[in-house]
Amino acid sequence: MSKLNVVQAINQALRHEMERNPDLILMGEDIGKDGGVFRVTEGLIDQFGERRVVDTPLSESGIVGVAIGMAAYGLTPVVEIQFMGFLYAAMEQLISHAARLRTRTRGRYTCPIVVRTPYGGGIHAPEHHSESTEAFFVHTPGLKVVVPSTPAEAKGLMLSAIRDPDPVIFLEPAKIYRAIKEEVPEGDNAIPLGEARLLTEGKDLTLITWGAMLHPTLKAADRMAEKGVEAEVIDLRTLSPLDSATIIRSVEKTGRAVIIHEAPKTCGLGAEIAARLCEEALLSLEAPVARVTGFDTPIPLPKNEKYYLPDVDQIVEAAEQAVGF
Amino acid sequence: MPKKVVHEFKVEFLQILDEAGRVDRALWPGLDEKEIKGFYESMVLIRTFDEKALNLQREGRLGTYASVQGQEAAQVGSAAALRPSDWIFPAFREPGVSILRGLPMRMIYQYWSGDERGSAIPEDQHDFPIAIPVGTHIPHAVGAAWAAQFKGDPVAVAAFFGDGATSKGDFHEGLNFAGVFRLPIVFICQNNHWAISVPLSRQTAAATLAQKAIAYGFEGIQVDGNDVFAVYTAAKNALEKARRGEGPTLIECYTYRLSDHTTADDASRYRKVEEVATWRKKDPIVRLRAFLEREYRWSEADEQVLRRQMQERVAAAVHEFEAVPPQDPQTMFDLLYATPTPDLIRQKEILRKRLQQKKEKE
Ligand SMILES: Cc1ncc(C[n+]2csc(CCOP(=O)(O)OP(=O)(O)O)c2C)c(N)n1
Repeated sequence: MSKLNVVQAINQALRHEMERNPDLILMGEDIGKDGGVFRVTEGLIDQFGERRVVDTPLSESGIVGVAIGMAAYGLTPVVEIQFMGFLYAAMEQLISHAARLRTRTRGRYTCPIVVRTPYGGGIHAPEHHSESTEAFFVHTPGLKVVVPSTPAEAKGLMLSAIRDPDPVIFLEPAKIYRAIKEEVPEGDNAIPLGEARLLTEGKDLTLITWGAMLHPTLKAADRMAEKGVEAEVIDLRTLSPLDSATIIRSVEKTGRAVIIHEAPKTCGLGAEIAARLCEEALLSLEAPVARVTGFDTPIPLPKNEKYYLPDVDQIVEAAEQAVGF
Repeated sequence: MPKKVVHEFKVEFLQILDEAGRVDRALWPGLDEKEIKGFYESMVLIRTFDEKALNLQREGRLGTYASVQGQEAAQVGSAAALRPSDWIFPAFREPGVSILRGLPMRMIYQYWSGDERGSAIPEDQHDFPIAIPVGTHIPHAVGAAWAAQFKGDPVAVAAFFGDGATSKGDFHEGLNFAGVFRLPIVFICQNNHWAISVPLSRQTAAATLAQKAIAYGFEGIQVDGNDVFAVYTAAKNALEKARRGEGPTLIECYTYRLSDHTTADDASRYRKVEEVATWRKKDPIVRLRAFLEREYRWSEADEQVLRRQMQERVAAAVHEFEAVPPQDPQTMFDLLYATPTPDLIRQKEILRKRLQQKKEKE
């Protein structure tokens, strides 16, 4: 085992799968010689060559559309879209085609592609580089949506995403690309998709989150613990399919839930989770389900983005309100 | 039935000022000394502005910035051919065009420093804001050109973009509309040979980008993008043609990005030093200076005076930029809709309280 950051961990997962699967092909803008703008694919072109690590023309719809055809034919395309804000150009391909190929052809063709893209705020990026619109993809039947929160998780989830027989949108929280290092198993630590993980156990409250927001959430849980409040922290890691069972089980135990995401509040995934809790755990609830989220605005340019992103104080405040309700 | 040729095409290349600073008199666009010196002054201003931006970024006073060094002639030549009543749709590497259109330099610094107020367009200017997603503004430009045609206004539209943008569907869709409806638009492609690390040969298998116009039924021309006279001439002709109602033109400015893609990029990872060195010799500023020296006895002293003046202008802009008081974060709710929604009003109040609490704590 060695200590890796998220970038290195995903790189290791890609390398691992490319060695195993000669039909795995990487495509994207600047992923070859440059190793990707965040260097996630660094060195892969040297090991696997230009046939398998392809610098494409600047064309998101083209990249995803081509990947669909490749996948149907029998390759395993893993594509990089440079930032989530540029994935919208490929929406038609994702929603109308990737997500439905299996259904539309009654199972004859499938679409095992992975679309990797950095997402989220907190990196002082220009406009359109800090999007957190995972709900668009979760809202699309037929896609799977995965968001890792640490290096080991990133590697394990990436292995499963590549092996998954259906299209997976793999959202990489840019804020934590290099911020954390941890031991990452060298070999095959595939983490099944569709299973949330429980990080801390507690009896008073459930904090539900994913991606970069896991880290302020864990800090908030620590702060609550100092005050004698025991929180369970759930990292969803797969947003679609959503692991309702883990969420419901926890909230049935704690009676209180706070959902934390940086996406805008309205129709963010928090809304779906809150609705499920109302449908399936209403009688266990001892406080309204709370959401700590971004505002219903575009993420501001760097000078003001800190006022948009949820922070530890806000999470603690919401948690205290839930506990004191 | 014999095979026959149903159509033949050609693509012209225009250069008026060569690399040694000599002009082709037969192609001379009839500029006078004052205009020529004005071009030179603008190019030096843009270079000075750009160098300052890179310094500010290194000092942490600006965020990511996309440098424009090497492309000054393409920007000055095309901007000079535009009228104030024309509309422009820039990508993100046209600070030169924006400055010449009258956008205060302070605002460009502000924008790249991460302050939204930098993207406000002055009321008297018909300029669209920067487009960060590549190529997505091209259809908007086409729409504006259509509207100008619809209203019968003698106005042309200029859309600016790079070679990478020609790979996007938006480019092809935009050009197709423009051709079908014979719209008053000029597409100005600054082919600077690289889209971040991806070379031109990975954007197209075509011999030129100019020829892409032909597929959409209108004229494309390739010009030496480091020759301000060629760019000016081509842009002026195309804009006049557009205003006369004779349809669109694609101008490919054959140029080069001398700097890194942005301050977040390291071009040495993918680009040969020798290639950059070859293009440095074609620096549009050096070339025009050689012409001025030959034709107008431009001296080292003239040069020093000009450089100093431009540095003073840029320094004044930096001063203004840094004197602007911080933006109130609550403004993030104000401009999303004409009338803020109930949710936004509630969220603004939440932020107001948070800010107040923070202040009280301090
Ligand atoms: C739709 C989209 N995809 C990717 C990016 C990331 N990106 C920013 S600039 C750039 C290259 C643009 O090349 P080109 O169009 O030639 O313009 P240049 O930067 O060379 O002026 C890329 C890939 C983006 N901004 N928008």
